[in-house]
Amino acid sequence: MRDTLNNIGLPLLAIAAALALFGVFVSLSGVNPVDVWLLLFKGAFGDWFSWQNTLQRAAPLMLTALCVAVPARAGLVVIGGEGALVLGGLACAVAAQSLPLPEGPVGIAVICAAGALAGALWVALAGWLRQYRGINETISSLLLAYIAIGLFKHLVEGPLRDPLSLNKPATHSLPEGLLIGGMGGSDVHWGLALGVLACIGLALWMRWTASGFSVRVVGGNPRAAQLVGLPASRLILTACALGGAAAGLAGAVEVAAVHTNANVSLIAFYGYAGILVSFIARHHPLAIIPVAILFGGFGAAGSMLQRRLGLPDASVLVLQGIAFVLILASEALRGVDWKTRLTLFFRAAGPDPLPAGDQRS
Amino acid sequence: MTPDQWIALFSGIVGGALRVGTPFLFVSLGECLTEKSGRINLGLEGVLVLSAMAAFGGAYLSGSPWVGVLAGALAGGLLAALHGALCSLKGVNDVATGIALMMLGTGLAFYLGKPLIQPQAPQIPAIALGLWSDSSAVRSALQVNMLLPLGLLLALVMGWAFKHTRYGLLLRMAGDSAHAARALGYSVATIRVIATTLGGMVAGLGGASLTLFYPGSWNEGISSGQGLIAVALVIFARWSPGRCIGAAALFGGAGAIGPALQSAGIGWGYHLFNTVPYVLTLVILVLTCKPGSVAQGSPGELSSAR
Repeated sequence: MRDTLNNIGLPLLAIAAALALFGVFVSLSGVNPVDVWLLLFKGAFGDWFSWQNTLQRAAPLMLTALCVAVPARAGLVVIGGEGALVLGGLACAVAAQSLPLPEGPVGIAVICAAGALAGALWVALAGWLRQYRGINETISSLLLAYIAIGLFKHLVEGPLRDPLSLNKPATHSLPEGLLIGGMGGSDVHWGLALGVLACIGLALWMRWTASGFSVRVVGGNPRAAQLVGLPASRLILTACALGGAAAGLAGAVEVAAVHTNANVSLIAFYGYAGILVSFIARHHPLAIIPVAILFGGFGAAGSMLQRRLGLPDASVLVLQGIAFVLILASEALRGVDWKTRLTLFFRAAGPDPLPAGDQRS
Repeated sequence: MTPDQWIALFSGIVGGALRVGTPFLFVSLGECLTEKSGRINLGLEGVLVLSAMAAFGGAYLSGSPWVGVLAGALAGGLLAALHGALCSLKGVNDVATGIALMMLGTGLAFYLGKPLIQPQAPQIPAIALGLWSDSSAVRSALQVNMLLPLGLLLALVMGWAFKHTRYGLLLRMAGDSAHAARALGYSVATIRVIATTLGGMVAGLGGASLTLFYPGSWNEGISSGQGLIAVALVIFARWSPGRCIGAAALFGGAGAIGPALQSAGIGWGYHLFNTVPYVLTLVILVLTCKPGSVAQGSPGELSSAR
């Protein structure tokens, strides 16, 4: 019970504090913080139009957050989701171009699978390097992300470039029949459904299956996992591959639903924002869904802040940075016994039989 | 290729090793100082970007590049101090904090640096080492940042101080065995906060050389992950400041291959050659790390080396 309260209360407190600090920050540049808060809310959740924008941004965030969350449950800090996303998008575009695919759901499933596969292999590589070469996965996944982005730019501007894309190099556009459309006539594409399904599916997997449970054992207590003879390396590789597949899928969805081809707009920091989302959700797949919607909302409101109040487009990045720092700092409050603290505080404030300065904690 | 092209390519790479290597040297020294105290600072990327912006802003507003250098060092120190303080809290993971500070530092730099994208700031004067040569390519390649000698000196002083001074030994003790430091009555957290802050200031000098020497202007793509590569550089240099010099020169040269080829008239694979430093880092990690054992020379308390 107290754990649940901590798990939900502390992140909420941290986000509220982050919004307050952000208000102070923007007021330094002469903008009324109340305007900013109202606009953040309106731009994110104010009307149906904002909701559509928010949900569209939440879809890739959910998937890239899973790329952090699933390996995190196996005890790894993987932060290279951006690389898996970028390569997933590229693989999706390449599959659509080079395979004779039927139009419609089957073809879309194949190109999404291609994206997921590319992402899975890329992040599994980081896991492999850790298990079999002893390389810290945080560093290797990040290096791999930079390599992936370099590869992506090279291929998009070189061998895979559509000669017709003059100003902005891009691959050939996907045929009409392979594009992912909106759900029920809205602008919100089916990628959101995929994201939610992936979160639910992975939550069920971790909670109710033997392999999912084993992954959590490996992450929670490697020694115990060793004692009961769990195949740690295989489980860690599985977790990495699943996470990478989610991020790769995010790239494929972005290509098939938003950009219609692979170009540099795909590199939009979703991979890095996903890290934040996963940490706030405490690496719990179900909690990722609301957190991703919240941060998708901040992203959607960001352009509004820029247009209406003239704030730089980086203001959302500042807000995210402050939120991340406070979320981590709030971990320090986790072990605090509030009841005792408050009693002590009130006793100290009221008539106190003890002499001042005798407050031992 | 003609001989002229070869000269252009070669001097491009050497010049790149000197120009691009300078920020590498400072960030790797900063990271080395931090890691010697037993803490990893992945947020050095944010420190680098923020200090690059602060240095440019300082130089632009005051008209003196040296005020800019100072501003860069201070901004870097401040952000790193935040990292140090956060990591001292109970239950706060230093890797995650690093990622958070990467985001915060970059965000703050982009936000505050918006008005600085257009203007020109006074630059750090260069030392012309290439006056002996007739070739203009060689001459321009050997224009050396005045901060580079400072960095070299700093590396030597740090290496000496780690071995021979009281503070150096204290720092290493906090990094190798927190229990030993505590048993002698020193506060490990304080030592680490100080080391992280000083490391941030040193890295801030790297940020200053980015915006005030080469490339010499402020834009949002100013750093391409040098702050992160620093972590790998320090592993490569086996936590020795002296070896950081060679590592920085190697990585600077590797990063300069793409632009050097371009200036020699070969445009193919520009982005591929730009990934050479990252590939090189990975290869080095593959060669130096062994599963189940810590890297040679690593501080015992370092979470990333376990």
